[in-house]
Amino acid sequence: MRETTIDVRGASVRAFEAGSGPLVLYLHGADGPRDNPLLHALAASHRVLMPEMPGFGRAPLPDWMMSVADAALFGLDLVDAVGGRPLDVVGYCVGGWIAAEMAIRDPHAFATMSLIAPMGVQSPSDLGFDPFAVSPDEALRAQFHDAAKAEAEIAARADEEIDILLQNRTGLARLGWTPRFANLQLPHWLHRVRARTLLLWGDNDRYAPADCSAIFAREIAGAQVESYAACGHALPWERGADAAGRITSFLAGARR
Amino acid sequence: MNVHFFHLMPYADIDMAQIDKHQSAWVTLPNSNFDPANGRLLYERYLRELELADELGFDGVCVNEHHQTAYGLMPAPNIIAAALARSTKRAKICVLGRALPLINNPIMLAEEFAMLDHLSGGRIVAGFVRGIGTEYFSNASNPTFSHERLYEAHDLILRAWTQTGPFSYRGKHYQFDYVNLWPRPLQAPHPPVWIPSQGSMETVVWAAAKQRRYTYLQTFSPYPQALSAFRAYREVAAKEGYEPQPSQMGWAVPTYVADTDAEAKRDLAVHIEDFFNRLIRFPSLEMRMPPGYSSIRSTKQLMAAKFRARENATIDKLMEQGIILCGSPKTVRDRILRNQGEMGFGHLLAMLQIGTQPAAQTERSMRLFASEVMPALKAHDDTIAYRAAAE
Repeated sequence: MRETTIDVRGASVRAFEAGSGPLVLYLHGADGPRDNPLLHALAASHRVLMPEMPGFGRAPLPDWMMSVADAALFGLDLVDAVGGRPLDVVGYCVGGWIAAEMAIRDPHAFATMSLIAPMGVQSPSDLGFDPFAVSPDEALRAQFHDAAKAEAEIAARADEEIDILLQNRTGLARLGWTPRFANLQLPHWLHRVRARTLLLWGDNDRYAPADCSAIFAREIAGAQVESYAACGHALPWERGADAAGRITSFLAGARR
Repeated sequence: MNVHFFHLMPYADIDMAQIDKHQSAWVTLPNSNFDPANGRLLYERYLRELELADELGFDGVCVNEHHQTAYGLMPAPNIIAAALARSTKRAKICVLGRALPLINNPIMLAEEFAMLDHLSGGRIVAGFVRGIGTEYFSNASNPTFSHERLYEAHDLILRAWTQTGPFSYRGKHYQFDYVNLWPRPLQAPHPPVWIPSQGSMETVVWAAAKQRRYTYLQTFSPYPQALSAFRAYREVAAKEGYEPQPSQMGWAVPTYVADTDAEAKRDLAVHIEDFFNRLIRFPSLEMRMPPGYSSIRSTKQLMAAKFRARENATIDKLMEQGIILCGSPKTVRDRILRNQGEMGFGHLLAMLQIGTQPAAQTERSMRLFASEVMPALKAHDDTIAYRAAAE
């Protein structure tokens, strides 16, 4: 992906882009702005733009970012900076959570919203797993259904800078320490979403359990749900091409 | 030198195999391993040990705060302090400390300390800490706010103790429209504030600042690390334009004395090794250093050095590194006096009960320490000795 910057009210925000065609804003997950098979496949027919969110990657945690509400309002500043409202957004993991929080605050920011294994809603079942309590390798392993793919991804990230890894964890902790990865008020306000919404979920997700998808689907009018068997939270890696295809046809359908 | 008795109140009856099985004594060790009947007896025993320290002439009795762990049974140390306020007569009662970022109402803590100050007749020392990483898991407190909540809660408590109310407090984490402490503390301007730490530079700088000049306590550290923390404190003080008193520095150290060096080592070995290898074992490095708890730079340093290095402690290694004191009264006395000359501290916090050490052994060591070690320490002029060593 090409590195670029977005001017957000005078501040330079690092971003990555790939492909050409209609713009898709991609909000990255808890592991920061990171290339993945889904992005690649999506970039075959779209210009995909992935900004680095405050507190992740190389971006330090700003003092003003106290909770996901601030991340969402920053996201809306980003939308204004990018232009072309209403945008098509794809949000993964914590980025999916932020996208949903943006959509309830500004229902006209997005034409479509594709949420891939979004955090933000508390699972009716106990997580039984705490990504903050385990090593980065174990945390990554728990994102995958397929153990071999997990080991390959661990190897691929072996030389990742420890600074970035720690920064990503810090950003996630700021937004999702208590309650873990959730805003308990979110279901109450999801009715405000106007964007056509697609939910993509792996059946074996230990970070954002699949039973959360029913809550999103219940509260967002007309939301479609696509679930993937034998797939973990790392959906963009485990089923990247399939999910990109599904999103591409969803976007085409929404434009008609 | 001021000499204190520091008790961690461990769950001494813990089955070490259970810690091994669950890989930690903290947060994740099931509390089915706590037997209430034994717990009741342990509280009784530990309070007696603290009271004995007062009778033996220790200058202070010290307790601290930890949650959800067999390491220590004092999630609410002010409750122990309240019991001691009535049952001890002379010793300072040092709460080392309360973990400020974990609490949502610092005013209640200011009130508790003020009450304790009255109950104890002005013998309370208030320790303020951030709390170790695991506490952020067991208290559901966001570690990325740890530093700012410590500073802000501290400012609020100090103002509540010293400023005429009612006044309003407008902070980022704490907001109070009415701050008007009843009772005000007995000690003027307020109870002494001590800052225990394992050597975080940021903490040293904060404690040594000239408007605070708080007593800084170094705990559980190899000798060179303790030495460099005290040096750092002096350097900060020098930059701030003052010379710190020995009473601004304290060294907390597990201590055991028996009649001979060999006997001391033989008695202590199993207890001290279980303590360092098991009772201070955290479920994971990540739970010891949660995200945002320290700067990325210090997190990396700690990851690299300290906590990995402590695995498989042996009594020989611990003695060699100067993390513990163990030996005959003469050995221990000489070592403390030599360290004092080099480090310049004015408070020694002897941890004379560690982990599984049984009551009889603890009491023997306490009495021997009080009669054979303590008098020389109390007679010791900290300032002169430190200057002499420096020259």
